[in-house]
Amino acid sequence: MLANKRMLALGTGAVAVAMTVAACSSGAVQSGNGSTGAAGGAVTLKVATVNNGQMKDMEKLKSEYEKANPGVTVNFQVMEEGDLRAAVTADVASGAGQYDIVTIGAYETPQWGANGWLVDLTPELQSDSSYDVNDLLPPVRDVNTFDNKLFAVPFYGESSILMYNKEVMDKAGVTIPQNPTWQQVADAAKKVNTADMAGICMRGKPGWGDLFAPLTTVVQTFGGNWYDSSWKATVDTPEWKQAVSFYKTMLDQSGEKDPVSYSFNECLTALKEGKAAMWADASVAASMLEAADSPVKGKMGYAHMPVDKTKESGWLWSWNLAIPTSTKQKDAAVKFVKWATSKDYIKLVGTKIGWSNVPPGSRTSTYDIPEYKDAAKAYAPITLDVMSSVNPKQPGVNPQGWVGIQYVSIPEFQDVGNQCAQLVADYLANRGTIDDALSKCQSIAQAAGDKHKK
Amino acid sequence: MTTTTTTQPSELEDVRASTATDKRRVQRTELWRNRGLLLPAVIFLILLTQIPFLTTIGFSLTKWNLLYPNDRAFAGFDNYTSALTSGDLWPSIRATVLITAFSVTLAVLFGLLFAVLLDRPFRGRALARTLMITPFLIMPAAASLIWKYSMFDTNIGMLNWVFRTLHLPVVAWSTEHPMATVVIVLTWQFTPFMMLILLAGLQGQDKGILEAAQVDGAGTWRTFTWITLPHLRMYIEIGVLLGSVIILQVFDPIAILTKGTGGTKTLAYLLYERAFIGLDVGQAAAYGVVTVVLTIIVATIALKSVFKVFMAGGSR
Repeated sequence: MLANKRMLALGTGAVAVAMTVAACSSGAVQSGNGSTGAAGGAVTLKVATVNNGQMKDMEKLKSEYEKANPGVTVNFQVMEEGDLRAAVTADVASGAGQYDIVTIGAYETPQWGANGWLVDLTPELQSDSSYDVNDLLPPVRDVNTFDNKLFAVPFYGESSILMYNKEVMDKAGVTIPQNPTWQQVADAAKKVNTADMAGICMRGKPGWGDLFAPLTTVVQTFGGNWYDSSWKATVDTPEWKQAVSFYKTMLDQSGEKDPVSYSFNECLTALKEGKAAMWADASVAASMLEAADSPVKGKMGYAHMPVDKTKESGWLWSWNLAIPTSTKQKDAAVKFVKWATSKDYIKLVGTKIGWSNVPPGSRTSTYDIPEYKDAAKAYAPITLDVMSSVNPKQPGVNPQGWVGIQYVSIPEFQDVGNQCAQLVADYLANRGTIDDALSKCQSIAQAAGDKHKK
Repeated sequence: MTTTTTTQPSELEDVRASTATDKRRVQRTELWRNRGLLLPAVIFLILLTQIPFLTTIGFSLTKWNLLYPNDRAFAGFDNYTSALTSGDLWPSIRATVLITAFSVTLAVLFGLLFAVLLDRPFRGRALARTLMITPFLIMPAAASLIWKYSMFDTNIGMLNWVFRTLHLPVVAWSTEHPMATVVIVLTWQFTPFMMLILLAGLQGQDKGILEAAQVDGAGTWRTFTWITLPHLRMYIEIGVLLGSVIILQVFDPIAILTKGTGGTKTLAYLLYERAFIGLDVGQAAAYGVVTVVLTIIVATIALKSVFKVFMAGGSR
């Protein structure tokens, strides 16, 4: 989940740990899965997944799959996002073949597909009419496609939306349109801002998946972007300056008081506690605000992510299942991936675990299931609406050289985003000027972009 | 102490061995026996400390970014050049030194205060001591999270609740005062550590001397500054040394509270960023080596000149 992107990796002495990681990865080279599956009898599938709720539900339901497919054993290795990225990258890149199925983010799919690390799933999925590959949400399919080949299938997807406390808005006489502009939202936030309640809560914690997840979408809708279509960094442009200073002004006037401490979880708490009136963030937050134990359940209104120059500015993130080319059990792996992302699986989760736990944002048909429509009526329609209308091929005003919204799908982006987030955080805290922050960020971004110039 | 006991037997040999060659031979066998007994420990030490360090040096000379696993090559001193010229190193050293200096100083001052208070007999002293030690027993990450949410938070934090009650403006700790935020958490954590060491020092003080001072008419303050403090010097030095060694490597409060912004990016955090966000093993290793070299230089100077404990012929 994007919200957990900057989860803490605890431990000092980073070099020592780096070496451990390296040692682990080289250790993995020897531990291939060997003979299993060769005899056509017992097959053991090794799946690497991320520790979010929907993935853990899949682990609970694996026995259903094993029951339906005798002889197949599915082993899950559940990891925290950072660990998963490191372990899977090392395994897949070295071709060690430790995993038969890996969970990867939309950020990785096109890069890994281009590297030839993943099995092209297009033929397998298109030939199976019962799988109905066209039912997968088109934008989510786009971010997992490289060179017209689908390298990973979405298991869970999300966009970003604006969430607001209807009671507070009504009291202040403010109406939020279904497709608001950032200016309208900033004005509304200013109006409802009090000493006790922030007008709006936005991520400010420095990190590429924290501050820069929403801020990149703001930059893109203001007409800026990280790179132009020839990988020239475009951070020191007037559009960036306008977007970032808008973000700061909004936070200064009506945002939470301590932005550096605030990201997804902190804003969620603030909204629930009535300490913030609005919040623009991941669509999955809506299901948490509408959970049974939430004090604001039923009081929330939802709108599209605010815009400036573009029509939509929601982001797009998905967790996907992919098969490394190094697997020795491709057929069995494909079968499992198809099962886990099928329409039947969604119904299975609904009946066995609960309809509100269904993995959202992967299939259009999910939003037609009456039970799900009922369980998620407050936020399912808008999630589907936003997710099917965002354009990951060109989220901003100008064309871009990669597919994806709140990230740039180059390996260096984590680092670039992180360093720039720290620079912007200094500006947000009045420790530096915007020009200084953006010009430093420009040179960091350019150094990374140079490696991708063709 | 140890030197005198080991020289004694050889002095006896001195008497027994008649010729100079004999004497040298005996000394040599003795020496090798002593070394032989130490050898397993030395080998273990080398395996445990020097091999990882050599590996790190090896990594630091390699072009190795986990993002490009197939692009590994010998890089010479490229990583060192980029580490030294990137402009990240100096601010990071500054941050590490400032955070360590402030935290250690404050922790020693508070530790001294609490140690003096706890040195007096009163009812429930054992309980008070246990309670005072607790912050040191909490895991660093947990301590930082406790401070982040229940103390510093602008909405639900106790510090801001106090400010609000006093009609003072709310303070956005991590955003406005990142350095103070980290130093406060570290001081809170390390005060008990200093207190324990200083308390041990206070309890080892000869009460007779204090009584004599009282008889001579020295007041409490003069007794403290002229007798107790000089007595505590060695304990303070040990406390400062151990505290600095631990706080130099601080990571958790920075990762949890400030994310390295506002001049709090310590060397440990910088290393973490290069290794786990930049995924640049080569460069991270180069930073690591630079850090070790700098630490050795500073430590050598400090140990030889500042700390009396380690000086031959020190006052005690």
